[in-house]
Amino acid sequence: METTAMHIANGIVDGPVSAVFAVLAVAALAFCVRKARNDLDERLAPMAGLVAAFIFAVQMLNFQVLPGVSGHLLGGTLAVILVGPWVGALCVSTVLIVQCLLFADGGLTALGLNITNMALLGTAAGYLLVAGLLRVLPRNAQGLAVTAFVASVVSVVVASQGFVFEYALGGTTELSLPWVSGTMALSHTLIGIGEGLIAATTVATVAKVRPDLVYALRRFRKPAPVVEAGVKA
Amino acid sequence: MTKKLGWFLAGGLLVAVLLAGVVSNFASSSPDGLDATAREGCTFNAEGEITGGTCIAQEEGEHQLGDSPLADYGIRGVGNSFVSTLLAGTAGVLITFGVGAGLFWVARRRQGTDA
Repeated sequence: METTAMHIANGIVDGPVSAVFAVLAVAALAFCVRKARNDLDERLAPMAGLVAAFIFAVQMLNFQVLPGVSGHLLGGTLAVILVGPWVGALCVSTVLIVQCLLFADGGLTALGLNITNMALLGTAAGYLLVAGLLRVLPRNAQGLAVTAFVASVVSVVVASQGFVFEYALGGTTELSLPWVSGTMALSHTLIGIGEGLIAATTVATVAKVRPDLVYALRRFRKPAPVVEAGVKA
Repeated sequence: MTKKLGWFLAGGLLVAVLLAGVVSNFASSSPDGLDATAREGCTFNAEGEITGGTCIAQEEGEHQLGDSPLADYGIRGVGNSFVSTLLAGTAGVLITFGVGAGLFWVARRRQGTDA
């Protein structure tokens, strides 16, 4: 079986656990659609399409991280910064669905698992870090680049541990969980560094060319400075 | 949609097409972090079939849509791998943009409504 597999294939996690995660993924995506509607205006909708297309493209660019091991961007953090968490999760899901249905990448049975790890967990972790870091870092291209880098590394490792959790629940083989977890964490820390560099370059470029199109520069407002507010009041 | 946004989108799509269609030909062909972990412990023959050992990928099944004309990021029937990747990558970018932008456009908040 010669494949360019990048996501979880069929048969690695058993049917019942895959089905549970498929239901979970559908429910979470429906919730994201509801929340995303508040963000989606006539400017963000085409921008979100571009973000999805860009993530599709960059996911094809596997880079070497160890001898015999490569990795590619997952895209959750990049999407959060450019189009926000709800639309961002939908962007990554769109990519995963197109890859599964048209490019035979990521098993159809495993689609819920892949969406859970990369579109939901990865994006959620990226969002928490981006929202936190932008409270302290400057809101310019440099601050955004540092934020993208740090959040990407953490987000990719979190997504990789999502697979470990699913494998623990329904793996069709019985390998040592600490070994699986450690191996995944090591390779995905390195992949996260690569993703972080790509995401940082991308968001810094967009922030310079069209800062008005960067969701993170419009939202995630800093809490009102208490002292100044007190003085003015 | 303004003309300025249109230019940005066109530029972004061009970059994505170049990355997916051209640069991807130079991407690493090693298994990725997940696949490498899944294969560790098994031995493989030249066709990539498992010949022995114990690993996560042991029970891996075929993809239900493995016969897709775009399976494995190539165009079935195109012998030249550069051309095959170029066409598949370009198609993937344009399809993803079309599907994504189309769905997001339908779901968008209409001006004047608060839904």
